[in-house]
Amino acid sequence: MNIHKIATHLNQLADDTETGFNFDCTPINGDIDVLQVEIIGREEIPIFLSLSDNQILCIAYLWGEDEVITDLRSNMMEAMLEMNVPMPLSSFAKVEDKYVVYGALSVNSSLDDIELEIVTLSDNSLEVINEMDSYLN
Amino acid sequence: MSIFRKIITAVRGGAREAGEAVVDANSTRIFEQEIRDSEKHITIAKRDLTEVMAKQMQAARELGQLQASIKEHEGYAVQALNQGNEALAIEVAEKIAELESSAADQQQANESYLKSADRLKELIKKSERQLTDYKRQLSMVKTTESVQKATSAITDNFTASNSKLLNAKDSLERIKQKQAMFDDKLKAAETLESENGDSSLQSKLQEAGIGTQQSSAQSILDRLKSK
Repeated sequence: MNIHKIATHLNQLADDTETGFNFDCTPINGDIDVLQVEIIGREEIPIFLSLSDNQILCIAYLWGEDEVITDLRSNMMEAMLEMNVPMPLSSFAKVEDKYVVYGALSVNSSLDDIELEIVTLSDNSLEVINEMDSYLN
Repeated sequence: MSIFRKIITAVRGGAREAGEAVVDANSTRIFEQEIRDSEKHITIAKRDLTEVMAKQMQAARELGQLQASIKEHEGYAVQALNQGNEALAIEVAEKIAELESSAADQQQANESYLKSADRLKELIKKSERQLTDYKRQLSMVKTTESVQKATSAITDNFTASNSKLLNAKDSLERIKQKQAMFDDKLKAAETLESENGDSSLQSKLQEAGIGTQQSSAQSILDRLKSK
């Protein structure tokens, strides 16, 4: 599995999509290959996909530390911990100063599984921002 | 220090430059070498185990043969005694003593092989557990590095394209607006379709002469004539 195979698959899905969404994928060059996946209509919150030796990581950036209302920071984190288990296929995490939701899949996952993961992650991130906006500036 | 602690310390340190590795590349290489060494040791231990188990099976087989032979000779000795042939019986008894001594040796060898096999099995199990743990730790280091590299690639990409990650609330608001517009379009299309549907039904009814009919010149003339 490599990100170009995933990109080609998602870009050509069109009407054959299992999840009802269309995708626009752009590879980002760097030390390691990252794929930026935009779901049409949800371009503002892209999903970033990267591959390591044994897993595929899908990450959606939610908000930065600077967007959090300082007094509510610990309440927000507690809410995130409590939500972590019920939230399907995704978990909360923090990368540098950004809060994220992410999902990890085996490198042996099928392309359909990857599509489902991306869409679920996108659904989760929208719902999380919607439900947790009281903690944000 | 455990890898877990190293990662936490490095990430919480905050002062770390972007892209700086959690554990330097050299120690990652040493770690990978340790894993390869452990794998080699396990392979050797497994080969030793196979050898020891083969020897143990051989010893057990020989022990069985010796025990069968002892029983057989005991039978001969009893038969010699029954015939009153004491001299032959003694000769057989000497043979039995010889066989019993060999059997004792084999018994000892068998037990020693069994113990070695158990020890090797335990050692292999322990090494395999250790190896799994090494691999788990290495995977943690590599994943942390890979996330850092991916993050820096993503950040660089945003900087290069002069765009920035939107504020979360704004992003959601825009997505909701787009969704609402899409829903409105869908609704408008549905309404249009249903209106079209109505008008086509109307024209079919008219063709069939059902319902309100448009007045034609002929019908007006007919009406005037009838007055």
